[in-house]
Amino acid sequence: MKERLIELYNREKDVIRGSSSPLVNRLRQHAFTRFRDKGFPGTNLESWRFTDLTPLLNTEFEINLANRFGNIDTEKLFTCDVYDLDTFSITILNGWFVHKYAPLSKLSDGTIIGSLAKAMEVYPELLDQYIGRAAKPDNYEMAALNTAFFQDGLFIYVPEGVKVNKPIQLINIVDSPNPVFLQPRHILIAGKGSEITLVHCDHSLTHNVSFTNTVMEVFAEEDARVDHYKIQNKGRNSALVTTTFIRQEKNSKVTTNIVTLNGGFTRNTIDNEISDKGCVSDHYGLYLVDSNQHVDNQINIDHASPGSLSNQLYKGILDDKAKAVFSGKVLVRRHSQQTEAHQNNNNILLTDDAKVNTQPHLEIYADDVKCSHGATVGQLDPEAMFYIRSRGLCERSARQLMMIAFASEVVDKIEIEALRKRIHSMVEKRLKGELSICDQCVLHCNSKEPTTFNIDLSKL
Amino acid sequence: MLSIRNLSVSIGGKPIIKKLSLEVREGEVHAIMGPNGSGKSTLASVIAGRDRFDVDEGEIEYMGQNLFKMPAEMRAREGIFLGFQYPVEIPGVSMANFMRTAINEKRKYLGLDPLSGAEFLKLMEEKKKIVDIQSKLTKRSVNEGFSGGEKKKNEIFQMALLEPRLAILDETDSGLDIDALKVVANGVNKLRRKDNATVVITHYQRLLDYIIPDFVHVLFDGKIIKSGGKELAYELEEKGYEWVKKEAASNQ
Repeated sequence: MKERLIELYNREKDVIRGSSSPLVNRLRQHAFTRFRDKGFPGTNLESWRFTDLTPLLNTEFEINLANRFGNIDTEKLFTCDVYDLDTFSITILNGWFVHKYAPLSKLSDGTIIGSLAKAMEVYPELLDQYIGRAAKPDNYEMAALNTAFFQDGLFIYVPEGVKVNKPIQLINIVDSPNPVFLQPRHILIAGKGSEITLVHCDHSLTHNVSFTNTVMEVFAEEDARVDHYKIQNKGRNSALVTTTFIRQEKNSKVTTNIVTLNGGFTRNTIDNEISDKGCVSDHYGLYLVDSNQHVDNQINIDHASPGSLSNQLYKGILDDKAKAVFSGKVLVRRHSQQTEAHQNNNNILLTDDAKVNTQPHLEIYADDVKCSHGATVGQLDPEAMFYIRSRGLCERSARQLMMIAFASEVVDKIEIEALRKRIHSMVEKRLKGELSICDQCVLHCNSKEPTTFNIDLSKL
Repeated sequence: MLSIRNLSVSIGGKPIIKKLSLEVREGEVHAIMGPNGSGKSTLASVIAGRDRFDVDEGEIEYMGQNLFKMPAEMRAREGIFLGFQYPVEIPGVSMANFMRTAINEKRKYLGLDPLSGAEFLKLMEEKKKIVDIQSKLTKRSVNEGFSGGEKKKNEIFQMALLEPRLAILDETDSGLDIDALKVVANGVNKLRRKDNATVVITHYQRLLDYIIPDFVHVLFDGKIIKSGGKELAYELEEKGYEWVKKEAASNQ
């Protein structure tokens, strides 16, 4: 795969560069060199020790460097059925921005939402101020690969002081008969004092093989507030690698919440650089995995400035032979006094074959800080089980309640009520084994082959 | 209603209850008093069906049935209720939902139709009055973020909804101020009927000013060392547990 990509880059350099700005193309070239030298990350790297990409790269993937979709009636493609969830909805199909009307919209308040490819054409100066400023291709191999090749994705610019009143919903769909390798790039710029909520849904329409390598750059400028929800709900043959770079300026607040309900292989990395004081950075995650699913969450927070607060809470329930990895790193630099950083990862294993590798890392060089970390891998609290059973509920119901309770600590952090309710019910169904991929999917695709998932509660 | 005969219970090989016998009949209120570590909470848990203890000998018969053959949930459906000393928090599960599920599982077991949402709400409103519970409490997650007093009131509220035949209240008075104590005691008194029974486990005599027991038992070192009427509670308050311990020792 590496050789194919190198050959492709060299052969199609002009197509890849297209109308990107000279700056973007310099970034590409630098990132490409890095990928050419280092290749895909291997398990010899500390951050990839428990997650092996090699078996996923044996497929003859199709890589499309041109948008073949054009105008599409996105409403025919899908309708989001989360009732009461009033959003400004955006669709990315096989890595390309698809739209019914225009590829890029400028709202009356000055907010720009649309295709990154189009934005690079229309607003090159604006883009050059940001693109590549948060991403660190030198530290993240998959981000280097994405930087070399990316063509399209979501672009959002919220001007100073604008509070975007509706959440933006990004629906990322993979629907291809052939195995595809996709590398979308998303940029979110939240200007000074602005507010924005992004609901980011990853879906597959089929169980066909696909590999998505996404990079997102988030810029939260002074006093900005960004809420980023990710709902990952993919087919069992899909691989999803996401790397999100967040850069926070003074007094900004960023919240991420990743709910992974299904997916063959999922790896999420968040790299959060807190570059000024007064920032709040909250990262929540929930993963419910079974069969041979693999989910890996890596959070790296760099307190590069004093007086900020970061918080990580990731929880998971694993069944069958599922495997989860969690690594939470917090770096508090020498001058970053009065930092507060907390981190927690709790797991419930339902079988002896399920496996979790959890690693909290705190690297603290300042002396006036408040930091904590904790990781648990266990089963349900027997005292609580007894409490529920002593009210007349059978063991099975008690377990379900306990698992719902376990998961809801993360779900409750979702601030959009309609979405929170929906995720609650999806989690509940998922834990009762009543959820099929079609049932939970927001798309009405009438797939012929619904998959049922079954967390067998009697195994506990 | 409840006959405990010659019961010995241990945990991890350590004996906690030693050859204990107790008889509770319909309509009675029993108080079990005793110093910390005497086995009061263990006794309550064993009756309710907690399975972390080993029953080494003896038997418990409840309504003519062998209690040890019934799992905890079956005992609950047959009318046993344990008011916990430390009620457990269940985030993400609303009180209302939890209790509706509990009531309907019991009704199903008894061959009755489940309560509809409206019927359940009506029942809940009715029972709220008994414990003077605020309506918002039932919308919140079970015990989550409840104060000590709210948790104990909530136990009595659950008891009111489940209408047990045998209620065991484990240190329901601990950590309560006098007003909360009165509310809790008042709830218990209102729920008292001719055909049900209550076992109140307490460390202090204070609660027994409000819930008047028919019998008082002193539990010490896993054994009931003295039983008597309500006046025993006052005597204990006055003379302390040392007095009963000495008396028991001299009797042996």
